[in-house]
Amino acid sequence: MTDLFSKFDPLIEQREALLETGVTDPFNLVMEKVESPTVAICNGKRTILLGTYNYMGMTFDPDVVAAGKQALDEFGSGTTGSRVLNGTYAGHRAVEQALKDFYAMDHAMVFSTGYQANLGVISTIAGKEDYIVLDIDSHASIYDGCAMGNAQIVPFRHNDIEALEKRLKRIPEGAGKLVVLEGVYSMMGDVAPLKEMVAVSRANGAMVLVDEAHSMGFIGEHGRGVAEAQGVIDEVDFIIGTFSKSVGTVGGFCVSNHPKLEILRLVCRPYVFTASLPPSVVATAATSIRKLMDSADKRAHLWENSKRLHAGLRQLGFTLGTDEPQSAIIAVIMPDLEKGAAMWEALLNEGLYVNLARPPATPAGMTLLRCSLCALHTDDQVGEILGMFAAAGRATGCIS
Amino acid sequence: MSDRAETYAKIVELIEPFNKKGVAITEATRFAQDLEWDSLTVLDFVANVEDEFDVIISMNMQAEIETVGQLVDALQRLTAARD
Repeated sequence: MTDLFSKFDPLIEQREALLETGVTDPFNLVMEKVESPTVAICNGKRTILLGTYNYMGMTFDPDVVAAGKQALDEFGSGTTGSRVLNGTYAGHRAVEQALKDFYAMDHAMVFSTGYQANLGVISTIAGKEDYIVLDIDSHASIYDGCAMGNAQIVPFRHNDIEALEKRLKRIPEGAGKLVVLEGVYSMMGDVAPLKEMVAVSRANGAMVLVDEAHSMGFIGEHGRGVAEAQGVIDEVDFIIGTFSKSVGTVGGFCVSNHPKLEILRLVCRPYVFTASLPPSVVATAATSIRKLMDSADKRAHLWENSKRLHAGLRQLGFTLGTDEPQSAIIAVIMPDLEKGAAMWEALLNEGLYVNLARPPATPAGMTLLRCSLCALHTDDQVGEILGMFAAAGRATGCIS
Repeated sequence: MSDRAETYAKIVELIEPFNKKGVAITEATRFAQDLEWDSLTVLDFVANVEDEFDVIISMNMQAEIETVGQLVDALQRLTAARD
């Protein structure tokens, strides 16, 4: 019998070799208690959280938590059904209305996760004779959406406007075209040149889908994302987003002005063939989304945090993913996985949690320490974080 | 030179800048196993081939192409379909 697991042997060996060095397993951390959006107890130690997607710090908002509790009491713990059968409650409609109001768009469709939103929309709207043109650094959920459908998949070099245009021009006349872009790319924290890319896509007759998972609530005047910030949101056909980042719970969505969007509720398999979100989750999401509409002060503070951490880390001598802060994500580039894991552990010992990111999630085989800031990180905490990076960086020889 | 021989010669020329191991190229040379290219190298190489021949080689097509010879055949088909 062939062991089907033998294909994982190289990864098992790499992992064992890393753990043999005595380093704490970076992919097995348990948060024993969570005190706030920015502090948890890990291994009995108070730890500042700098590796969550809780950009706007909504997870402990009293109104959000109260809405969830009320929904639990009034609607129970789960729907036990698909959105198209018994799984649409008043709360599901209410959160879709909140999204329509937030984005000022005609239609909103809520999925059980952001991953499923990309999987469902991309695989369903692009059919056999169609072409999907996408950035090579696209998220796994976008690639999986492509793999699940039957369209021709054409990648182009990251954020390269000319490469996108060349490919669009070569697509046979008459074929359907979908360009898939992200507002913020989550590994390096860099932003796409959406203004130019959306214009090029429209000029070549393509529909445009933008994943704004990492920009919602924070980037753009109303927090609608990079497309809003660059003034092209009206030219984008579909925006995909998630509740698991700034909104502070779990779930995914597509908002659009396309007059026929509602038909997707009947033909999109990742929407139909799964249970809908629990009532407490949609209630927390709706409350959070409505509060995010009115969060200009928090957005301003988050930008301050991002700028200060970026400048501070640079001054300490770390190599960062972007020359200037472009989002709430700051990627610290590590020379290799061993050094990255050592630095990650040293930071944890200092009392700081960041994400260790490695291939295949990262571009160009890089190992990254990904820092994601929260609007509720205080000025003092940002100071503490920089102190911890200095100490851990010197202890591991990452900086001198 | 026949069309196919010309295409083959051009492909060999386009492989050269990415042939870090100095592998001797034949029709049977495999991109992944013999040249040991990673996904970014493949992207750059494919972009150069696409520009040279003014075609699209989608990821779906790439999945079917393992060897230099198969790429040459695919290009023959693509350019014939276009012209």
